[in-house]
Amino acid sequence: MITRIIASLAALSVSLGFCITAALAEEMVAYKVVDDIEIQDSLTGKPGDPAQGRKLAIDRKLGNCLACHSLPIPEQQFHGETGPDLAGVGSRLTPGEIRLRVVNPKLVNPDTMMPAFYRVTGLNRVMKDFAGKPILTAEQVEDVVAYLMTLKED
Amino acid sequence: MRRLVLALLCGSAVSLAFAGVAVTDDAAQWGPYKVGDKRSGYTFAQPETRAIQEDDFENPAFLLVDAAAELWETAEGEAGKSCADCHEDVESMKGVGTRYPIYFEPWGKLMNVEQRINQCRVDNMKAEPWKYESDALLGMTMLVKLQSRGMPMEVSIDGPAAPFYEKGKAFYEERRGQLDMACAHCHVDNAGTMLRANLLTQGQPNGFPTYRLKWQKAGSLHRRLRGCNKQVRAKPFKAGSDEYVNLELYISHRANGLPVETPAVRN
Ligand code: HEC
Ligand code: HEC
Ligand code: HEC
Repeated sequence: MITRIIASLAALSVSLGFCITAALAEEMVAYKVVDDIEIQDSLTGKPGDPAQGRKLAIDRKLGNCLACHSLPIPEQQFHGETGPDLAGVGSRLTPGEIRLRVVNPKLVNPDTMMPAFYRVTGLNRVMKDFAGKPILTAEQVEDVVAYLMTLKED
Repeated sequence: MRRLVLALLCGSAVSLAFAGVAVTDDAAQWGPYKVGDKRSGYTFAQPETRAIQEDDFENPAFLLVDAAAELWETAEGEAGKSCADCHEDVESMKGVGTRYPIYFEPWGKLMNVEQRINQCRVDNMKAEPWKYESDALLGMTMLVKLQSRGMPMEVSIDGPAAPFYEKGKAFYEERRGQLDMACAHCHVDNAGTMLRANLLTQGQPNGFPTYRLKWQKAGSLHRRLRGCNKQVRAKPFKAGSDEYVNLELYISHRANGLPVETPAVRN
């Protein structure tokens, strides 16, 4: 069994003291990739909230999974096509496999267009407002994973 | 002058429209806007948007073009010269829009049409350069490129331009931003598919400066590039920066064969 430890602490950025935000100061949670295919353990140690995860998948400023994926969210008019339809993904993949794909899909396919939602290193020219921050927090990643697990094949 | 310019334009619009009557379905449908696998943004646009582009009287970019036609004849700067004093009729600019960016010997690097115009203002007119996204520079760039409308892009990447082309290509393929995407992810791998509400095109530059409905204004190619960088949460470069001019060479060469469409109309 190959076990790798990825991710570490987000460096506390050199800051002007008074403007340190909670998000900047938040530490990245370390996680273990098992057999190159999944992250078995919840990043928060708790299960996520699927209703919250559904909202995140829609939110253009956060998950915005709808940019690239079709999802069973009929009230939203526009669904993307650059990634596969995620209907039924909860039957095709394990929670650990989904977690790995949300945290850092480049560990599955280095050429993928899909962003790593929980990663702060190895990025290029990130805008100041987003530098050092993951797209989703650990808690939000768990919410999205919990939501996708509700998408079962009929 | 205004009437003269418009008459000229209508002439080239008509020839553009007729140039495309050809054998295959695609060619019949898209005429000069599709060359082999290369497709202008025009072929992805809504019919209503295309209709605005096809009618110079409807296309709001022509307000700036008309103003530029007057600037063409207006003397400015310490040399007391107008563009027309040296270049005569603006028709003398025919072909310029197909060739730029070029390698400019005195700079030892590339120069695009905006920079060429400002170089004339500074060097030849002893006038202040126009700001990159100003109405004057947008209008004059459109007026100059308009003289090539319908002519195929034929940008050269030989000789001293080659290393700058390579830099532009590397930029195009390099991931950037919090979303960690390269230009190619959207405009090569996924052209023709929906990114949420946006139909991705090949990201061709042949219609710039372009009137964008979303901006309610004409804008430069470099403004668009800044937008595409910011969209993936990457720090944009300055309009007119070496990075963007090198990138402009790469994407303009990629567009070789497509007609100059300036001023195009897009979403
Ligand atoms: C910029 C486009 C893009 C965005 C945004 C995006 N994805 Fe993806 N996703 C893809 C692509 C493309 C694939 C196909 C796999 C690959 O490229 O390796 C994929 C694959 C997946 C898979 C694997 C599906 C399968 O059946 O194997 C999952 C799960 C997934 N994405 C979840 C998400 C979630 C959840 C979000 C939002 C938090 C999201 N994606 C946002 C592009 C995207
Ligand atoms: C005093 C004379 C003079 C004036 C005034 C002048 N130019 Fe020029 N322009 C030139 C010369 C000379 C060249 C050729 C430069 C070279 O070969 O480096 C040139 C080149 C150009 C080119 C490139 C043509 C090509 O074939 O590549 C453009 C575009 C241009 N000028 C636009 C303008 C505009 C627009 C104005 C007015 C804002 C203007 N010029 C004013 C002398 C002038
Ligand atoms: C996340 C996807 C995405 C990325 C990455 C991206 N763009 Fe775009 N780009 C778009 C969208 C959406 C549009 C508007 C619709 C269209 O023309 O595709 C657009 C439009 C354009 C246009 C205007 C096309 C026209 O016909 O007017 C150009 C040029 C362009 N992009 C170049 C680039 C370059 C160069 C890069 C890399 C620096 C880049 N884009 C990166 C999504 C992207």
